[in-house]
Amino acid sequence: MLLFFEQLLNGLQLGVMLFLMSAGLTLVFGIMRVINLAHGSLYMVGAYVAATVFLHSGSFLLGLLAALAAAGMVGMLMELLVLRRLYGRDHLDQVLATFGLILFFNELTVVLWGRQPLFMNVPELLSGTIEVIPGAPYPSYRLAIILAGILVAGFLWFLFNHTRLGMRIRAGASNREMIAALGVNIKLLNTLVFGLGALLAGLAGAMAGPILAVESGMGESILILTFVVIVIGGIGSIRGALIAALLVGMVETLGGFLLPALLRLFLPAATADGAGASLASMSVYILMAAVLVWRPHGLFPAHE
Amino acid sequence: MSFSPFRRRLVLGTGLTILLLLPAMASFAGDPYLITLFSRILIYALAAVSLDLIIGYGGMVSLGHAAFVGIGAYVVGILSFHVQDGSLLLSWPFELQASDAALLVWPAAVLISALMAVLIGSVSLRTSGLQFIMITLAFAQMLFYLAVSLEAYGGDDGISIWSRNRLPLVDLSDDSSFYYICLVCLLVFLYLSHRLVFSRFGRVVRGAKQNELRMQSLGFPTYRYKLVCFSIAGAGGGLAGVLIANQNEFVSPGLLHWTHSGELIVMVLLGGMGTLFGPVFGAAALLLMEELLSAYTEHWMVFLGPFLILVVLFAKRGIYGWLSGAGGNHA
Repeated sequence: MLLFFEQLLNGLQLGVMLFLMSAGLTLVFGIMRVINLAHGSLYMVGAYVAATVFLHSGSFLLGLLAALAAAGMVGMLMELLVLRRLYGRDHLDQVLATFGLILFFNELTVVLWGRQPLFMNVPELLSGTIEVIPGAPYPSYRLAIILAGILVAGFLWFLFNHTRLGMRIRAGASNREMIAALGVNIKLLNTLVFGLGALLAGLAGAMAGPILAVESGMGESILILTFVVIVIGGIGSIRGALIAALLVGMVETLGGFLLPALLRLFLPAATADGAGASLASMSVYILMAAVLVWRPHGLFPAHE
Repeated sequence: MSFSPFRRRLVLGTGLTILLLLPAMASFAGDPYLITLFSRILIYALAAVSLDLIIGYGGMVSLGHAAFVGIGAYVVGILSFHVQDGSLLLSWPFELQASDAALLVWPAAVLISALMAVLIGSVSLRTSGLQFIMITLAFAQMLFYLAVSLEAYGGDDGISIWSRNRLPLVDLSDDSSFYYICLVCLLVFLYLSHRLVFSRFGRVVRGAKQNELRMQSLGFPTYRYKLVCFSIAGAGGGLAGVLIANQNEFVSPGLLHWTHSGELIVMVLLGGMGTLFGPVFGAAALLLMEELLSAYTEHWMVFLGPFLILVVLFAKRGIYGWLSGAGGNHA
């Protein structure tokens, strides 16, 4: 039972990471109607910069800030140089051009940092454990990630619902031409939204640094899960992204824990573990297929 | 659209002549590696042409085409694994002996790929646009993880194939014979695709790409047409997988990886989408570029990435369109 609770928290933590990734990406989809496969590269940039600054300065906070700045800047540069030219073009063009960006960034990190993965320690302040429920110590760093995710969700809610910028972003998502006609500088708005999304991806990458190995291509596994989240949640919807991120995080984590146990009831242990593990890694995609069959536009589509 | 039949014939004729004479030229130049390289190009061209059927003509942007290549390859790999250790492929509900006879294995692999395409397509085609791209990607990832989890068949490490499949009269282990088999497969698939695209069936699919609602109003069940098109493409991808497995004598989950699907899309667009012949040029260009650049620097992808972006932004017609002056089917 305690183990189950721990897995639940792990699922929540993965869900939070996915939310940070998908919030930005779903906005970019929703407002610019552009598929950005290179969103995972921004996550990677965040992780590399955070790890490097942390290793040299010894300050996690400094690393985090540098990662945010770097990811935001790389993101805006990406928008200015490449993505801006892809708005309104075929999805195929967008897939291909941003695929080119992925190849570029993956190889660039190899050139700059080498093929050897970087390892980043958990900051000292958060290296302990906290007993959330008595008898089950849980790493405080992972709790901090969950907390950061909740704060970001709150910040985004405030930004979208209670500020002028947020209002314009929402207006841009529902009718681009109209708000351009009303005199809003849509180009600047696009760059800002893209920068915000990049910032969040950088934050996710920097926070993932101490949990995962920082290596070239690390953005891709989370990128694909992020796409699953966005498609399940409904493209362009932050609320959908939040709910779907938690759902996917839970299914991914609990699936790996529960399915083998469940199959053991019917099958010999070795077979059950093998089949359970493969079912678990497929479960998120099965969930996505099921949701799309039921609701082809996702759970909370921003536009029909 | 400027269109010049003469230039087109010249380009295709030159290309075909080069491909036909390649093994002779390679042995004249004393570089047998060229045959291996060009066999690879032919195989990838086959996969890219099949992808062009759905992307260029059906408007279905699939980011999971490598899945079918992987399925075809795994059928060959798994069968040869059982032939090697003499075990049965199936012991229940009936006993089934594995085989390494190409005339049996290859059609089976193609059929299985096509059936998987029907399965995947029947779910994916309920969506369109962005969701279609993502759901095809998701299915391919699913199969990727399935392949990784096949512990009995090497899991992550894949399967080494003892020897290539057996074909009567032709020795596939000879590299130039294998090259010509690949060439025949590609030409047959190109011919069939060409016939298909200009048949009534092809016109319905192309009509659905331009305006699906109108085609439906005219009484065409577009979903079924698109599904058949998708499964034909899957069969083509499966055949490419069969050939890759035979060429490398090795099968691994890497074949199903999504970057592989991305590369196939690159080949289609680079060559010229909606042209059928274009992807052959695209496959050749990409693989040759890889070969040349990697001779200079191991970090050749740093150059390939920006090059792709430039192609997308400025060279929409692709190599084939540029060479032959044909515009392709791309709106």
